[in-house]
Amino acid sequence: MKRWLIMLVAALSVSPVAAIDTGKAFDDPELQARYEKLISEVRCLKCQNQSIKDSNVFLAADLRREIRRLIAEGKTDAEIVDFLVTRYGEFALYRPRTSGKTLVLWIAPFLLVLLGGFALYRVVRHRMSLPIDEAPSEGGTE
Amino acid sequence: MFRYIAPLIAVVLLIGFLVIGLTRGDPRALPSPFIGKPAPQFELPTLKDPEVTIGSKDLAGKFSLVNVWATWCAGCRAEHGFLLDLAAQGSIPIYGINWRDTRPKALQWIAQLGDPYVASAYDETGRVGIDWGVYGAPESFLVSADGVVLHKHLGPLSREAWEQDFLPLIEAGGASR
Repeated sequence: MKRWLIMLVAALSVSPVAAIDTGKAFDDPELQARYEKLISEVRCLKCQNQSIKDSNVFLAADLRREIRRLIAEGKTDAEIVDFLVTRYGEFALYRPRTSGKTLVLWIAPFLLVLLGGFALYRVVRHRMSLPIDEAPSEGGTE
Repeated sequence: MFRYIAPLIAVVLLIGFLVIGLTRGDPRALPSPFIGKPAPQFELPTLKDPEVTIGSKDLAGKFSLVNVWATWCAGCRAEHGFLLDLAAQGSIPIYGINWRDTRPKALQWIAQLGDPYVASAYDETGRVGIDWGVYGAPESFLVSADGVVLHKHLGPLSREAWEQDFLPLIEAGGASR
């Protein structure tokens, strides 16, 4: 048990990010923070289900280089996201922007929760309206 | 009545989504945001002669096929035979973008397998590849005479894909001009 715990802690303490681009991209911590946030939110198109931060495929490296260049040129985050979307489409973003096309992604979860809540309400209301002493007799064993 | 119909509708909806998801074809194939839009501007040295450049101006005024290729790309080898056939037909000029490759290897490839390209641009750093939204070679773009991307084909090009997806667009474009 103790050994397992030690192994678990060891496994969790390894940072997967350390494998790629170990050097800092920017000396300015503010720019570095923007850079890290951007690259963790851009999908690696070649190795889908990884962000370009986590992938060492050359396309991911190229995109990281482009993002570094754009940040260094003083572009805003919105301009950089635009740059990516005009080339690769909305799919390149892990957090799709709210627009007509992606609206359904944003509202569907809330709609589904509402729908589920409504269904639950109906069921509970129905159950509550049943006479209490009638419920167990449904089994018909008594 | 509602308590029977509502779950039924929900299940049918879910199955509908499942069917769409499963039959959508290759989930890695992404729609290109360039379809119907002007092709990205580019200018690069040619593969054969670094002193000579090739770019958007060379594509202007005619239908052209822009083919992104590399020597490390297995699919490019698979489509090479068809590209040679297409070039021999002479119906459309093929421009290559040699993507993220090395010049000696690419030149050797062309010398050994044949050269279907009017010219290939040499995109060593992948800058132009990114501008074109390329994420995996081979990719082929059909560009109209006025520089609009009409179609993008992912993966190796074949006669079937050419006749099904490219030819109708070319014929439609030729007729309206």
